[in-house]
Amino acid sequence: MTPPDDPALVRVLAADGTFAPTPEAERYLPLIDALTDADLETFYRDMVMVRAFDRQATNLQRQGQLALWPPSHGQEAAQVGSVRAARAQDHLFPSYREHVVCTVRGVDPVDIIRLMRGLTHGGWDPTDPKNGNTHLYTLVLGSQTLHATGYGMGMVLDGRCGTGDPERDAAVMVYYGDGSSSQGDVHEAMVFAASYNTPEVFFLQNNHWAISVPVSTQAKVPLYRRAEGYGIPSVRVDGNDVLASYAVSRLALDDARAGEGPRAIEALTYRMGAHTTSDDPTKYRTGDEEQSWARRDPIDRMRAYLQSRGAASTFFDEVDAAAAAYADDIRVRTNALGDIPVETMFGYVYSEEHPRVDEQRQWFAEYEASFEEGTA
Amino acid sequence: MTVTMPFAKALNAGMRAAMAADDHVLLMGEDIGKLGGVFRVTEGLQAEFGERRVLDTPLAESGIVGTAIGLAMAGFRPVVEIQFDGFVFPAFDQITSQLAKITNRHEGAIRMPVVIRIPYGGHIGAVEHHQESPEAYFAHTPGLRVVSPSTPNDAYWMIQDAISSPDPIIFLEPKAKYWMKGEVDTAERALPLHASRVVRRGTDITLVGHGAMVTTLLQAAALAESEGTSCEVVDLRSLSPVDFGPILDSVRRTGRMVYAQEAPQFASVGSEVAATVMEKAFFALESPVLRVSGFDVPFPPAKLEGQYLPDADRILEAVDRALAY
Repeated sequence: MTPPDDPALVRVLAADGTFAPTPEAERYLPLIDALTDADLETFYRDMVMVRAFDRQATNLQRQGQLALWPPSHGQEAAQVGSVRAARAQDHLFPSYREHVVCTVRGVDPVDIIRLMRGLTHGGWDPTDPKNGNTHLYTLVLGSQTLHATGYGMGMVLDGRCGTGDPERDAAVMVYYGDGSSSQGDVHEAMVFAASYNTPEVFFLQNNHWAISVPVSTQAKVPLYRRAEGYGIPSVRVDGNDVLASYAVSRLALDDARAGEGPRAIEALTYRMGAHTTSDDPTKYRTGDEEQSWARRDPIDRMRAYLQSRGAASTFFDEVDAAAAAYADDIRVRTNALGDIPVETMFGYVYSEEHPRVDEQRQWFAEYEASFEEGTA
Repeated sequence: MTVTMPFAKALNAGMRAAMAADDHVLLMGEDIGKLGGVFRVTEGLQAEFGERRVLDTPLAESGIVGTAIGLAMAGFRPVVEIQFDGFVFPAFDQITSQLAKITNRHEGAIRMPVVIRIPYGGHIGAVEHHQESPEAYFAHTPGLRVVSPSTPNDAYWMIQDAISSPDPIIFLEPKAKYWMKGEVDTAERALPLHASRVVRRGTDITLVGHGAMVTTLLQAAALAESEGTSCEVVDLRSLSPVDFGPILDSVRRTGRMVYAQEAPQFASVGSEVAATVMEKAFFALESPVLRVSGFDVPFPPAKLEGQYLPDADRILEAVDRALAY
């Protein structure tokens, strides 16, 4: 657990929403000062909307509509702050709990639901501009860190970063967690990122639990310090503070785009729900611990801050109503999802014709048709 | 135009041609740049195309394949060298769980034109992990294509065809053949990438194999001929998919078949070919399809490789059994 007075922590908003920057946050304050009221309201709205989506999806799983759901509840500030710091030309590589990141970039929440419902292994097309260069979920822990690093190597080779033109320079940001941080691929990704000076931000959401294994089993040093061993500057941020998460991500992405090389961020947060809907957190953690993190809730914190700045109660009411409508729409569209044609499984195994797959597709079609003839 | 060159030089020339034709082709691997690879297959290519096209990577196979995937997502066509067969396994997850499935996961929106070159097989007297034949793992994985040239001409053309494929290709190079010279027709390819080929005509029995074993099959066929047995020899060339046409056509004429391979026998490529021949040419068979393979043991210390690897005598023993059935 992180002591609240961790001197290395970047935090701008205290848990009660008061503006109380830590010493480490001082250098980021100009970035926060530059945010408009509309920006701040957007951050709040994003968090509320996606929490409503997450709660709806959790309920849909309990109603048997989804095979599985990995809830994002509690991690909204880390995700909103980081994704709102990204530019349109940046590429984002999520793990599988980045519902906030994906939807803010334009991915339809029902596309994420289609994955968890068992209708697809993907869900959206990262090359379609409407999805904001958001790559697919990767379910093998840490694999995507290498894909992001390779993509970043491509950006270097193509001259897509470090030109000095902030409207054109791009970066990649890759999301992973404290559990993934033990995977060899994450470490190899940092080796390659440093070697090839990729325009890349490693964004680690430390939610303190890798299913049932606490972060203390994963690491004997604060996780952000591992990146320094690879020559990657790193910072630790209060991941339940959306302003701090935004500011550290903004600076790291700006550095990466400018060609200064990879950066790493460890965002301290907490998975308020289960690992997935198949998990039972009561077997491995205490209610006291969960309550202590509930008091640091990212949405309550930002709401208190906005109220202290004089936001009208009608604003909060309007956001709540929009979130409820958003969740309702997701439920309606989820329940309307049809089945997928069985021949889907034979599709896109290869890009070009393949005799074995083609033969099996044809055989299965004839096999299925044989039953139809029998009943006719 | 026909040029005589060793297998390794033919691969080198093929890669040079592919790199010259498409500047998104890049080579990645351990020691492939300045050194030219431990087998010198990439010799001179970094000097010719530069360090941005021929990357001396950190020593991390999962990292190499994982970043090659990202580069392919960014529009490049990476050609990865794994230094030795036994060193591919740190990359196994990235190959089987990621590379092989990414096109399927993206429903075709993202292709994976990645080639993974692996020197494989025995006959070089090397230490553990340097003489293995891991082809079955990859042939078993949906989404991968697996090929293995056995001649310099095939090396020259198949590496170019693999690089131009939109799908990931495991490109298995029989390292024992790197120094074998042969004629390369640089003007015209003889066969498509996934075609098998009859390399010797015969009437009594069909011998099938891949990689370095094709040479051994031809030796066996020559010896058999001196004893009055006419062997047809088929070079599989493509291990996934397998082009069964020439094999079935041959077996329907000869009625007998032996498959030879260096890999352990259980659940091997030879087993798959044998099963398919049994299914599709059952009534043409005069005897059971036999397999001559490495034993189902770890590749032994080099002093025993001569006993482990199938040779012409072991193949002829199987030929005799098939003919006597």
